[in-house]
Amino acid sequence: MLTLEPFYKLGGFFLILVAVRIFGNGRTARQWCSALFWALLGVTLAYGKVLDAAVVGGCVVAMVCLAASGYVKAAEPIQSQKNKTDSVNLGIKLIYPALTIPSVGVIGSLVLTRIKINGAASIDSSQAPLIALGFGALLALLWSMRMTHAPIKQPVIEGSRLFEVIGYAIILPQLLAALGTIFTHAGVGQVIAGLVTQSLPTQIPWVAVTAYCVGMAVFTICMGNAYAAFSVITAGIGLPLVVKAHGGNPAILASMGMLAGYCGTLVSPMAANFNLVPAALLELKDRNGILKAQLPIALAIFCANLGILIFCVFRF
Amino acid sequence: MLKLIGIGIVALGFACEVNPLLVVVLAGFATGLVGGMSLHTILMELGTGFVKNRSILLPVVMILPTMGLLEKYGLKIQAQALIRKMKHATAGHVILAYTAIRQISISVGLNFGGHASMIRPVIAPMAEGAALSQNPTISEKLLDSVKAHASAAENTGAFFGEDIFIAVGGVVLMHNFFEAEGMKVGLWSIALWGIPTALAAFCVMTWRCYLLDKRIALEGYEVDKNATKKC
Repeated sequence: MLTLEPFYKLGGFFLILVAVRIFGNGRTARQWCSALFWALLGVTLAYGKVLDAAVVGGCVVAMVCLAASGYVKAAEPIQSQKNKTDSVNLGIKLIYPALTIPSVGVIGSLVLTRIKINGAASIDSSQAPLIALGFGALLALLWSMRMTHAPIKQPVIEGSRLFEVIGYAIILPQLLAALGTIFTHAGVGQVIAGLVTQSLPTQIPWVAVTAYCVGMAVFTICMGNAYAAFSVITAGIGLPLVVKAHGGNPAILASMGMLAGYCGTLVSPMAANFNLVPAALLELKDRNGILKAQLPIALAIFCANLGILIFCVFRF
Repeated sequence: MLKLIGIGIVALGFACEVNPLLVVVLAGFATGLVGGMSLHTILMELGTGFVKNRSILLPVVMILPTMGLLEKYGLKIQAQALIRKMKHATAGHVILAYTAIRQISISVGLNFGGHASMIRPVIAPMAEGAALSQNPTISEKLLDSVKAHASAAENTGAFFGEDIFIAVGGVVLMHNFFEAEGMKVGLWSIALWGIPTALAAFCVMTWRCYLLDKRIALEGYEVDKNATKKC
């Protein structure tokens, strides 16, 4: 059965190539730190499963120290794309390989799960979308190499350029997820749920519903992840105070409660992969630019969601 | 109460713009120590959590080399040129159209898109191109805001569309939660109740895109008039 492991290996080796390329450009402190950072990330990506958890933890702490040193960043301010572009006019067909990745991802995840070899599933169905995306990315790389006749090392050069643009922010989402597991095991969620129930007049139905939604949003902002908030806040506030005490509809409560959490994700710097990482990817001057654009969106959707929820949850 | 120290560290750290990685690791160690874990256990938790979530990193690593290559050969400029050919397309139209496509496709289980695979190479340059033809003298700050709105469309579209589809993580997670609590709550009823807010989210995006277009037009009001006549 095909899992994601081979793709982790490929990705890890690619990151190590990026490190070699950065190191090959010179031996300043910046290059040492930067190369070491990407090499360590490559190792944890490729061999995370076989390495001892504490060793990976050590690698993570090392990467964080390297990032905190301030040396893991691009060498020169990124020049405007126009200056760099080769004069070859390939036209709009350049967009086809770019669209290959998502389309193969979609078609692949639908088809791959149905292929059976000797009665056994050919791929791990829970990982099907990512495996398909991996195939799409490989296909797109081959196609674009053929189309542009680029030298074989070109993807590494361009890849390392973009990796350095994103910089250390690339591991923030993973690190936050790891922080989430520590929070869960230390029992942070129960403490928060306890505080809310003590301090609010939750015998009034709409107060209980509002407390649930605000709890979902605030806890999501703190954790950067609505899924982590859902079980804690629903068990702590939603089920006892809205469903059991006031007879609210659990399906409506859960569905819209999760969406209230997503509003929190929109404005949480902890959900870095949705705002800080794309901001770096788009080379925005202000790293909080996406958060600022999303603040009014999130507030408006949160209010609409809360209104619909209060109106519907006790009626249906 | 002391267990909340991690949240305090995170909030303070982000507010003071300390290196975010450092903040998160410190918060993890502080919470773990207060919660009675040993240093070795915390290191193990950190490693396990990091490896378990490698799947977050993988798409970016797989996609970036190709995107970098295509960019070098002019993908961004092509996407911008394509949108310039549509005379009346505004940045707001591009972003709103993407929001709709994203919401509808993900609500039937088609999860294409993403910041690395769609926004940076295709949607952001298109929106930028449209903004530039609306107002050739647009300030860099407003152009950055256009790009930020393209990313916001990706997030809003994905978040407020995906829970309408029953096979995604969120809906299954809710269903499993109630099952563990001994309650029967159907997958479909959870999914269908995602629709009202999805519609509300689209209305909000319509409002934001309208405002964005207005800001672009306002900034270069005079120049804008002449420019649209020429192209």
